[in-house]
Amino acid sequence: MNDCHSYAAPEPVFAEPWHAQVFAVAVALNEAGRFDWPDWATRFSQTLKRHGLERDLDGGDDYFNAWLETLEGFLAESGDALPADLETTRDAWEAAYLTTPHGRPVRLPK
Amino acid sequence: MPHDDHDHPHTLLPPEPALRVKALETILTRKGLIDPATLDEIIDTYQNRIGPQNGARVVARAWSDPDFKAKLLSDATPVVAALGYYGRQGEHIVVVENTPQQHNMVVCTLCSCYPWPLLGIPPGWYKSDAYRARAVREPRKVLAEFGVTLPRESSVRVWDSTAEIRYLVLPMRPEGTEGLDENALAALVTRDSMIGTGLPKGAA
Repeated sequence: MNDCHSYAAPEPVFAEPWHAQVFAVAVALNEAGRFDWPDWATRFSQTLKRHGLERDLDGGDDYFNAWLETLEGFLAESGDALPADLETTRDAWEAAYLTTPHGRPVRLPK
Repeated sequence: MPHDDHDHPHTLLPPEPALRVKALETILTRKGLIDPATLDEIIDTYQNRIGPQNGARVVARAWSDPDFKAKLLSDATPVVAALGYYGRQGEHIVVVENTPQQHNMVVCTLCSCYPWPLLGIPPGWYKSDAYRARAVREPRKVLAEFGVTLPRESSVRVWDSTAEIRYLVLPMRPEGTEGLDENALAALVTRDSMIGTGLPKGAA
C-alpha cells in the first residue's frame, strides 16, 4: 500500500483498457436490468474472498480479474453468454490479433 | 516479453483477461444486450467527468454554509442530488463529520462500495485486500502509512460501506481559510480527505 500514495501524480482511473471495459460491461448490464447492484456486490465480494484465500489481492489486475470472473458466472447462469461460446469467441479474437498486420484495426471476421 | 522488438509482424496480443472481456462484449453486443457506444459513454463519464472534484464542491459548500451543512449531515442524498450529484452508486449517501474528538475513515470490507457520483471510481489501494482488511483492524497504523497522525484525544471511527449505504467524510476546515470562497476552499479538499485517509491541504 505504501507505494500507492507516496507520490502526488494522480493515478489513472483505470490502469488498463480492459479494466475499463469490463467495468463498463457490468454497469451497462446492471442498467439494462440484467441484475441488481446489491446482488452483484454480494457475488463479487464472494469471488474476492475466494481469490484472496491464497494471497493478498491488489486493487488492480486482481480486482478486475475477480470482476470478470463474477460477470462470466452471472452470464453463464442466465444463459446470456455460455462458457463454450465465450471460449470460441475468445479464440477468434486471439486469431484475429495474430493475423492482423501491426497498426491495422483488429476485427473479427464476419 | 517475447514481443519487445519494434518490428511486429502482427498486432500485439492483449493479455488473457482482455481477450475474455472482448469475447464477452462481442457476444453481448450480438445479442443486443449491450451497446458499445453505451460502454464508451460509461468509461468516458468515470475517466473524465465524474471524480473527487464533485465531492470537493460539497465539502466546500458545507464549510461555507451552516444550513447546507446541517441538511447534509441529516440526510445527504437529496442535498447532493440537488447539486446534480446522483445516479449510479449514489442512491443512499451518508456524510460523516470529522471533529477534534473523532476522525472518520471509510472502507468497504466486502468489496469496494464507494460514492461514485461524489468521488468517481475508487483508487487501487481502496480496492486492495491490504486496505480492506487492515482499515478496520488497525486504522491508526493505516492512517500513519498515509501520513496522517491524529492527536491522542481523537478517536477513529471506521465506516464500512455496503451496496446500500456509501459514506463521505466531511473533513475539518483547515485553519486560516476564513477569507476563502467556495472555489478556493474546494481546491483544498483532496480525495483522500473525503475517504478519511488524508487531510485537506492547508491554506496557501
